[in-house]
Amino acid sequence: MELNRLTIHELLDNKEIAAPDIFDSLARRIKDVEGKVKAFVRVDRTESGQPRQNPQAETLLKGIPIVIKDNICVKGSLTECCSKILQGFSPPYDATVITKLRAAGAAIYGLRANMDEFAFGSSTENSCFGASRNPHDPSRVPGGSSGGSAACVAADEAIAALGSDTGGSIRQPASFCGVVGLKPSYGRVSRYGLIAFASSLDQIGPITKDVRDAAILLSVIAGYDEMDSTSQRIPVADYTKALTGDIKGLKIGVPKEYFVEGVDKEVKDAAREAIEVFKKKGAVVRDISLKYTEYAVPTYYIIATAEASSNLARFDAVQYGYRPKLPAKASLIEMYKKARGEGFGQEAKRRIILGTYVLSHGYYDAYYLRAQKVRTLIKGDFDRALNEVDCVITPTSPSCAFRIGEKLEDPLSMYLSDIYTISANLAGIPAISIPAGMSKSGLPIGIQILGKAFDEATVLRAAHSFEQNTEWHKIKPNL
Amino acid sequence: MEYETVIGLEVHAQLKTNTKAFCGCRNEFGLEPNSSVCPVCLGFPGSLPVLNKRAFELAIKTALALGCRIQPLTKFDRKNYFYPDLPKNFQISQYDMPLSLNGFLQIEEEGYKKRIGIKRIHLEEDAGKLMHEENNSLVDFNRAGTPLMEIVSEPDMSSPQEAYDYLTALKLILQYLEVSECSMEKGTLRCDANISLREKGAKALGVKAELKNLNSFKAVKAALEYEEIRQRAALEAGGKIIQETRLWNDASLKTVPMRSKEEAQDYRYFPEPDLISFTIGEKEVEGIRKTIPELPLKRRQRFSDDYGLSRYDAGVLISDRLLADYFEGCLKIRNAPKPIANWLNGPVMSFMNERGASIAELGIRQGDLIDLIALVEDGTINNLTAKDVLREMLQTKSSPRDIIKQKDLAQISDSGELSGLIEEAVRENEKTVADYKAGKVSALMFLVGQVMRKSKGKANPNLLQDMIKRRLS
Repeated sequence: MELNRLTIHELLDNKEIAAPDIFDSLARRIKDVEGKVKAFVRVDRTESGQPRQNPQAETLLKGIPIVIKDNICVKGSLTECCSKILQGFSPPYDATVITKLRAAGAAIYGLRANMDEFAFGSSTENSCFGASRNPHDPSRVPGGSSGGSAACVAADEAIAALGSDTGGSIRQPASFCGVVGLKPSYGRVSRYGLIAFASSLDQIGPITKDVRDAAILLSVIAGYDEMDSTSQRIPVADYTKALTGDIKGLKIGVPKEYFVEGVDKEVKDAAREAIEVFKKKGAVVRDISLKYTEYAVPTYYIIATAEASSNLARFDAVQYGYRPKLPAKASLIEMYKKARGEGFGQEAKRRIILGTYVLSHGYYDAYYLRAQKVRTLIKGDFDRALNEVDCVITPTSPSCAFRIGEKLEDPLSMYLSDIYTISANLAGIPAISIPAGMSKSGLPIGIQILGKAFDEATVLRAAHSFEQNTEWHKIKPNL
Repeated sequence: MEYETVIGLEVHAQLKTNTKAFCGCRNEFGLEPNSSVCPVCLGFPGSLPVLNKRAFELAIKTALALGCRIQPLTKFDRKNYFYPDLPKNFQISQYDMPLSLNGFLQIEEEGYKKRIGIKRIHLEEDAGKLMHEENNSLVDFNRAGTPLMEIVSEPDMSSPQEAYDYLTALKLILQYLEVSECSMEKGTLRCDANISLREKGAKALGVKAELKNLNSFKAVKAALEYEEIRQRAALEAGGKIIQETRLWNDASLKTVPMRSKEEAQDYRYFPEPDLISFTIGEKEVEGIRKTIPELPLKRRQRFSDDYGLSRYDAGVLISDRLLADYFEGCLKIRNAPKPIANWLNGPVMSFMNERGASIAELGIRQGDLIDLIALVEDGTINNLTAKDVLREMLQTKSSPRDIIKQKDLAQISDSGELSGLIEEAVRENEKTVADYKAGKVSALMFLVGQVMRKSKGKANPNLLQDMIKRRLS
């Protein structure tokens, strides 16, 4: 049996499987295909990277390895955000999600997934370790910024992975790679130990082979954390119990603003067909309007870059990370300039400059403050819509995976690939991307289901029902 | 043209909490460098701040005591600037929604009373500390993340003396509230001053200078006095003041320019996304209000009214909260406000000053002090001896009665013993005796002194004086 091909729940169902065998199976697969996929930035075999043997055999995750995006802190294990400026950074603490995974018996093998530097990007090309590839077509990107996490799950180099989502960084790569990606509500999962990109938008979430695994992982990592003031004291359910298969009477909204020009026909068609599947299972579908949709991208890029410029200010070579070679009499300013000049990549610099600009004196009102107001309007849009329907269905991305290098010189078109995912972060609501089709050229197409804040259960129930009635999630790449 | 001075002060007080503003590290002065740090106060990637509720309560307590309006909704902001001892390269502070606004502080000094407006009081975190060696700069992050309360006054002070009085009054209130240690040496109290001059009677403010590096109340006053003269001279010469930050140099007693507004920082304030804005319940505010003790001015009034003390005596007592508490403790043993106040403000305070010790550190039991006063009153010892007994009490912690017995210090009120000593003195000072008889009154005191010396200070001075007068009449 090729254990690496299985899901978490399949492994849990089979009590005979021993934890080391799972890892061996993954290791063989990694050896075979990683050369093509380049999903990982390192496999940390030091003590801290090893699974902790949990004496209690009845733990939920029983030694199942989980791949971790490079921006989530693992104690004593390099965590570099795929940025030169964090070279050699080994945090003295575990992120709360890691603590929770360990407590549930998961194995953190030090398998670290590639990502866009500081999660800045939609293609995983902006990594100081080089680009990852889409397992379905290695000439294409896996999406970003959690491209490594999505690619390794799609390529069966992993059972499941954690990613982070600031504007679609879990859902868009999940869609491009044909796997499941869930962004929980803002405040559902502790951000403690997640190296911040944009604090008011970031959220950690699972990337898995199917919806049930997403539900299992969310049940483990969700919950209030006293170390994170933005996490909420809202009870966490066992989300697998939500997967009833029954969506009779479920009210689904389809926003007309997401089915406009500029969306690939294949993507539109797949989404329409998906909606028919929901209808067949008894869901009530109605057209809705989210009229501020067109402002989501500019709003997002103002808020996200503003916060990022501030969050990234701490990387100054004083305490940790990359320290440049300096002439003997170099001043402090020279050190800052050299460290940041050499340490940050192109996209990081672009965003820092943009963020600094929108916050600067005289521009704050015109940009940042206005963006915050529009953000409130966008949130209001969703509040109103989700008052009338239980969830909203949209395409995840307007297109399938694009070619490596295709959008690198055109940041604006790159930014637009997150156009359908960004709103959920601005509104703080949960959203999942699930496989819902294949293009003629053999690339996965995803649809997105968005729900009310903290109502992950409904989102998962709808996604699971669709999955039960389709085969898209079973399509494996040819590697 | 006549000018008037306009002064506003920004005071930073480090709050007396067990832990730092946004993490669980100890908030303590003098620890080994970088021994009280964690990922949060070091601003490590992925770490997040969590507000110290105690720091918040202490700031609210201060705001209430200073008559400020507590804001129902408050939030934190980030103040962005690069500095090597600022771990995140931004400071968590409060910008447009501080926790309180619009209070005042009453100063009452000899000759005047004045209300100084308080513009705002807000919370923020401190940075670390840099130490420069010849070729290296070292950073100690122990102070990074310690809770600071910033108290910003209105530009209501019109002289350096008023600024000095404001600071003294403010420090006293903070000490009464037990919210801050208020030590300028330890940096737990810091002050920046803004000063400008304007034509007398004008409404608009003049161009100001911001003075930094003021490390004592005296320095604040001296720097403001210097700046007053400098600005007036410049204006009178037809020059212009430029808005700038100036540093006070304690050695040269001058202010020197640090940076002008042209190169001033753009702090790019924006809401701290890691701390959600929050509301303060009326109930919580009222709970904190109940913890506010009687404040200095009120206490001074009560000391005058209830105990019949002079304003001066009451003022001296209340200027040290512990001393005032001690005073009231003594009153519970014996209701004799005036002698007790005299003793505390006199000999006891000079011992405190001599030793740089608080009343608690002197360690005089209240019962012993009352006893000592009684022993003077009943003539067992005289005032002079009593001071020696007090000194002995501090050293040996013995009771005054034991000391008097042990050292045989009891006053000589036995006329037989005294008349012997008087005869001796009269014999030895014939000329003085003659002077006295010739009408020179001061000669009497000389003789009293001579006899006192012979008695080793133990003679009862009143009795002695009477006896000498009688002997010479």
